[in-house]
Amino acid sequence: MVAQLAYVRRELAAPMPPPLAARGVFGWMRYRLFGSLLNSVLTVVSLALFVVVAWPTIRFLLIDAVWDGASRADCLPETVGRPVGACWPFIARKFAQFMYGFYPSDQIWRVNLTYFLGAALLAQLVIPRVPYKATNAILFFGVFPVVAYFLLVGGVLGLEHVETRRWGGMLVTLVISFTGIIVSLPLGILLALGRRSAMPVIRLLSIIFIEFWRGVPLITVLFFATYMLPLFLPGSWKLDGLLRVLIGVVLFAAAYMAEVVRGGLQAIPRGQYEGAMALGLGYWRMMGLVILPQALKHVIPGIVNSFIALFKDTTLVLIVAIFDLLGQLRAAFADPNWATPTTLFTGFAFAGMIYFAFSFAMSRYALYTERRLSTGR
Amino acid sequence: MDQDAQSPAPGAPRARDIRTTKNEVAVDIIDVSKWFGEFHVLRDVSLKVMRGERIVICGPSGGGKSTLLRCINRIEDWQQGRVIVDGVEITADLKTIDEVRREVGMVFQSFNLFPHLTVLENCTLAPIWVRGLPKREAETIARHYLARVRIPEQADKYPAQLSGGQQQRVAIARALCMQPKIMLFDEPTSALDPEMVKEVLDTMVELAMDGMTMVVVSHEMGFARQVANRMVLMDAGQIVEVNQPEQFFSNPQHERTRLFLSQILH
Repeated sequence: MVAQLAYVRRELAAPMPPPLAARGVFGWMRYRLFGSLLNSVLTVVSLALFVVVAWPTIRFLLIDAVWDGASRADCLPETVGRPVGACWPFIARKFAQFMYGFYPSDQIWRVNLTYFLGAALLAQLVIPRVPYKATNAILFFGVFPVVAYFLLVGGVLGLEHVETRRWGGMLVTLVISFTGIIVSLPLGILLALGRRSAMPVIRLLSIIFIEFWRGVPLITVLFFATYMLPLFLPGSWKLDGLLRVLIGVVLFAAAYMAEVVRGGLQAIPRGQYEGAMALGLGYWRMMGLVILPQALKHVIPGIVNSFIALFKDTTLVLIVAIFDLLGQLRAAFADPNWATPTTLFTGFAFAGMIYFAFSFAMSRYALYTERRLSTGR
Repeated sequence: MDQDAQSPAPGAPRARDIRTTKNEVAVDIIDVSKWFGEFHVLRDVSLKVMRGERIVICGPSGGGKSTLLRCINRIEDWQQGRVIVDGVEITADLKTIDEVRREVGMVFQSFNLFPHLTVLENCTLAPIWVRGLPKREAETIARHYLARVRIPEQADKYPAQLSGGQQQRVAIARALCMQPKIMLFDEPTSALDPEMVKEVLDTMVELAMDGMTMVVVSHEMGFARQVANRMVLMDAGQIVEVNQPEQFFSNPQHERTRLFLSQILH
């Protein structure tokens, strides 16, 4: 007899469902949480760590917290008769100061109106389903900053002039970070293109600009903008203090942004440039329609990283006597009327939650955008 | 070296017998030299391509085939010589480069589709932004050409969702949407799985049948026999032989051609 060497399949094997052990909650737990000894140990330790951190936090913020009160006395353990956590009345009483600084209280509607306009326009811009994106973009990036400027600064249409020195708290944080974010991205893109330009002069200037601003600490930039710049400017030039800081922050952030964007540009294969050129697209159209959309998509994590860093770095303006959210907070700590053992922690917890909310929102939106723009490459 | 179009052989009605005009020059490459640093990649290359003519360039890798092809739409520049495309001499003036690129379509080995755009958007991008066509009109044209390359149903997919052969056919449609007078193909089937080569070649044969002026860098000798008016063999940055396909394959004149053919035709 001869062994049969040839084999011909008569019918195709039908697909079958995976075995039971790999499915459902138990399957997931067995594979993902307790797959091996090390895995099981890590799972248990992580859970324990979470409990150790979470429980005191919840106690401090909610269970032991004081919710009503008029002064420090209401937040003292001696008065309350139990251990005291967060002293929320402190935040409630100082809330306006944290939000608006020393903006005149009868004019605060102007800040709120600006917030409302900005939020409404931004919401329409970031929700993909809302139509008229081009119009909205013009309104948000072109019209809104002008409206916001006149609303906040005033001096026109019968609006009382409010000097930027009286601005503070969340208002300053938002003005600096939003301006920084919105201006630094296009500026960074231009610098990145400049650094990759075939024209040596443009390239050199871009490199010098980027390396200069990246080489200097933000604190130095802020000091320079605030105290040194006026000495160099002609006497008749008077730049507003906040504006000087804004310019410094924007240029600083743009240099970082440029390097992030350059990273994205380097990830685009040469063939994409050639494909665009062969179709007759000129430089700006090639960049704007083919290269940058892909490059920016690649570096969304890096861009958002820069945005978040910038948002938190705004607090450094404190050292040039501009009081952002954290600055107002520290000023409020000095109020003897609210000096309690937990005032400091309450304030920082409050600020922390605000910063976290903004940063986390940016992060999640970026993740959502990444998924939405993914076209499977 | 004979640079004029060869008159087609009498008899057999094959694709390469179909000609629109014989006497107009579509591409005129005159004494072009190019260096990559110290390396002399193109050495005094001259080639005339007549309107409606289909030229297949083959030769060993590193011989300068692709480089020569890429000079025709100035994706690659050169240091000496002249290139005249459709009556327009390409100079350092960006306007002439734009003008030529509008009339010359190109298909690449690696497709170079834009992955962030759908198939339809890939095809309408240049007609809208370069030709200034209204979106609707550009889409009508794009759907027409997608139907011609037999993938009208893929219009709303992204390139990554298509097979290699389908991607290359989209790339051909994308180039055709600009309604070019001349099409350049840079090894269009080299990156494809064997099963997908035929669908792309069939598309190219159809294009040739319609009288498109084509310059093709390819080693698909079956395709070359079927559609080429003239064969060009390049080696070491020079044109070694230009000949009619019959002559080229059955009675190559240059020793290098003979060697090359013996290597690829087993």
